[in-house]
Amino acid sequence: MTLHTPVQTAPSDATDSTIAQVLPRVPKDRRRVSGPRLSRSYRAVNAVLITVLSIGGVIMIAPLLWTFSTSLKTKEAVFALPPQWIPDPVVWDNYVRVWSAAPLASGIWNSIIVSASVTILGTIASMLAAFAFAKLRLPFKNAIFLTLLGAIMIPFPTIMIPQFSMFASAGLVDTLWPLILPGIFGNIVMVFFLRQYLASVPDSIIEAAKIDGAGYTRIFFTLIFPVIRPAIAAQFILWFMGVWNDYLGPIIYLNSPEKQTLQLVIASLNMTYASQTDYPLIMAGSFIALIPVLVVFAVFQKQIIESIALTGAKG
Amino acid sequence: MTTPTPRRSRLHRREHRAALAFVAAPVIGFLAFTGYPLVYSIYASFTTWNGLGAPVPNGVDNFVEMMGDRYFWQSLGNTVFYMIGIPIGLVISLLLALALNRRMRGLTFFRTVYYVPVVSSLAAVAILWQWAYNGDFGLVNQVLSIFGIDGPNWLQNAATAKPAIIIMAVWKGIGYSMLLYLAALQSVPSHLYEAASLDGAGPLAKFRYITVPMLSPVTFFLVVTNIIGGAQIFIEINIMTPTGGPEFSTASIVWYIWQKAFNYLQMGYATAMALVLGVMVFIVTAVQFRINRRFQFAID
Repeated sequence: MTLHTPVQTAPSDATDSTIAQVLPRVPKDRRRVSGPRLSRSYRAVNAVLITVLSIGGVIMIAPLLWTFSTSLKTKEAVFALPPQWIPDPVVWDNYVRVWSAAPLASGIWNSIIVSASVTILGTIASMLAAFAFAKLRLPFKNAIFLTLLGAIMIPFPTIMIPQFSMFASAGLVDTLWPLILPGIFGNIVMVFFLRQYLASVPDSIIEAAKIDGAGYTRIFFTLIFPVIRPAIAAQFILWFMGVWNDYLGPIIYLNSPEKQTLQLVIASLNMTYASQTDYPLIMAGSFIALIPVLVVFAVFQKQIIESIALTGAKG
Repeated sequence: MTTPTPRRSRLHRREHRAALAFVAAPVIGFLAFTGYPLVYSIYASFTTWNGLGAPVPNGVDNFVEMMGDRYFWQSLGNTVFYMIGIPIGLVISLLLALALNRRMRGLTFFRTVYYVPVVSSLAAVAILWQWAYNGDFGLVNQVLSIFGIDGPNWLQNAATAKPAIIIMAVWKGIGYSMLLYLAALQSVPSHLYEAASLDGAGPLAKFRYITVPMLSPVTFFLVVTNIIGGAQIFIEINIMTPTGGPEFSTASIVWYIWQKAFNYLQMGYATAMALVLGVMVFIVTAVQFRINRRFQFAID
């Protein structure tokens, strides 16, 4: 795999985003719609494609709308034939009932504790490590880096049983610690991307600061951090969503309902109420679980999409 | 060299110390939570172990048992079967990326819409698809009935349960591959296409001889990561078919490992299966890297 610097694949409409501030602008001829007038046949193909893309878009969104619609129905209306897309009557009560039907509030709180502590502490660890791997001299530096990177290939299931027994003998099963501790030491994927990103930062700034006698922690926070902040933000958001949506870790460690993370809470809500065919309640719970990530996505859409696009440069 | 040696090495030592401190956290994390468990799992694979007491060595019994365990083979087969979704997803996402790489309106909107399932939590998505696959009242069959098709009870039927899970996985994943392909398409230098046009190449020839080779690094990345991820498919199975599906038709290898380890407390046996999974993932990944290298030589 050849490793390009992130600079080469800035998405074309990235111009007003934070990442784009440190990336060169995309040449004009790659921009859409503006430019020379489109020929008739080109526009005809576009019309066909927009139709196809719209049908595809409906398929992508329909299950989510269907969830929301179901969550507003009565238990009986779910089985109405023909199906109701717009519930009649609209019942908001499911969104009230669900909080007492399942420990949703503690689930949200536990998910926040795990995701926030892992990503905040882990990001600090990852960015300092990325700085050292990219810019500092250390014997066997690349061997260490490649070993860590190779560990990505090890499937979590392969190590989860011994890891479980480690935490079991420490008496930490059914607490949030087994989900927090492994994460706070950093995330090699994040180290990898920040290291790539740092390759475009000139060494001369660091050399100058070293000659002035600045400490390395100070060099990082005053000179490096401001430059790579957009990349850190993008990786942070992606990681946060990843931890928030995690399931296999929580399911092996957490048993008590009030200790469970949000994903487990809605899964057990599903198990319990499916037999009573209370689908509106289950869908209300699932929809609540979807909202936080969808809001994060809506707010940080540009950063998320750009950092995913940058992943492609890794190939 | 005009700098006196002692001074330079003192500066170097200071730099080494700082670098070591900065890389210490990921290295310690790796040793404690990946390295040690990995070594331990190699040991535990050759033991009988219920997870509570100490493991009791039993030689290669676990591996012999595995060979004759039809649930092991079936869950492994199911896991491989799910990977049919990988090429399907890649083709669809490449087509989407090609469409979105044109000059037209609404591109950002479509890109967002196709990406929404990617960010959605898989647990919630699995729950809502389980409901969508309901035989009598689910969304999927209601849409099919518009076209006069009487859909099956997807997840309760051994013939349709796996395809149902594949369809959901493709739906969940195409936004991600589409985005990577789109970024790669936009970085293909336009002079390649212009030169090909001058030589009289049609759209298909340009696609075959410029686009496909230029996208091959992304395709490689997606195939490798999708296979590593696909080998570990678990959440969908655990939520949509909690018992491993009709006639064990949906159980994946990780689902079976999880079941053996945490429901039956056969941790030695489960660890052995997990080790086999890890070795298989490693071999498949290594083979892909080799093939990829030869393929790139072929292009040159």
